[in-house]
Amino acid sequence: MMFVPGNNPGMMADAHIYGPDSIMLDLEDSVTMAEKDAARLLVHNALKSIDFGDTEMVVRINPLSTPYGKKDVEAVVKAGVDVIRMPKTETADEVRELEAEIIKVETELGCVGRTRIMAAIESALGIVNAFEIASASDRMMGIALGAEDYSANLKTQRTPGGAELLLARETIVVAARAAGIACFDTVYSNLDDMETFRKEVELIKTLGFDGKSIINPRQIEVVNEVFAPSQKDIDKALRIIAAIKEAQAKGSGVIAVNGKMVDRPVVIRAERTVALAIASGILDKEEAL
Amino acid sequence: MEIKNAMAGTLESGDILIQVEPGEGLQVDLQSSVSAQFGRQIKAVITETLKGLGVENASIKATDKGALDCTIRARVTAAVVRATGKDVWKD
Repeated sequence: MMFVPGNNPGMMADAHIYGPDSIMLDLEDSVTMAEKDAARLLVHNALKSIDFGDTEMVVRINPLSTPYGKKDVEAVVKAGVDVIRMPKTETADEVRELEAEIIKVETELGCVGRTRIMAAIESALGIVNAFEIASASDRMMGIALGAEDYSANLKTQRTPGGAELLLARETIVVAARAAGIACFDTVYSNLDDMETFRKEVELIKTLGFDGKSIINPRQIEVVNEVFAPSQKDIDKALRIIAAIKEAQAKGSGVIAVNGKMVDRPVVIRAERTVALAIASGILDKEEAL
Repeated sequence: MEIKNAMAGTLESGDILIQVEPGEGLQVDLQSSVSAQFGRQIKAVITETLKGLGVENASIKATDKGALDCTIRARVTAAVVRATGKDVWKD
């Protein structure tokens, strides 16, 4: 998910060319108070007019407690945004308040249920309430960590190893999985240190995250390389899926592949590997079937 | 509709700076490095957006840096919202 400032039309028009899975147009922190109105109109018109292809379009709105939040919701829902990202989410009630605002606009348009919600968790209270936030609405598609605000709230600072974020990251993954939604890690803002960035992406993949937030197209390749499964893993996953299909056809529940027992969790992992391989463009969808 | 002096947009690549002033009828003064090819189109988008917002009397100075039509519409609308003090924007 690539962050793009909502008041920069040049960047907005070009962002999808680099092939991120999703683009987050930002109306919050990257836009000054004096430009909130102009950025909202720019994002509204861009969503309506620019062909972003298959890229999932997300807009980070201002908090509903500010004078801008509700106007942001109206503008982006009317423009047909896929996902609204709510910043600084601390409680499930805040998600439900956003949902009510979305429903108001969708009812006017006659498209109730179209817009999904992603909540960014950026405080200790948000982490404590992570599962309630993740399961607050059927529209919830994911939760994400906002590490700068979270670190400040913890009264610490970000370090290259990320020790200060460990509990938050693990809590977000567990809450997302328990709620059956996706989870996304925070941004890494030092573009000159790609080595530490790669290590961070490797860490969050191991923790179970579905993806990483990025601030520059240069970071896309690293994320895709780390998240893409190896050819060996893909071949193994395809063998497992083929074997389980054959076993199911014969009415058998448990099978062995290469001498190892294959049960349900192994099959689920194999299916995720194949899904990632397709998403990374390594495996053709038809080849996987 | 009462118009005050107002502006929106920037001089960055891909953007357009729109300056609105009171005027008689709609006058658009465009500066653009691509005006030979797209000047007529840019002016048409500006005029059409102004009319859509109910603005019939205004003088517009537009400095284009290669903006797309959707950016032109957004910047004209933002400038008019600021010039009229009314939070109106149209689909």
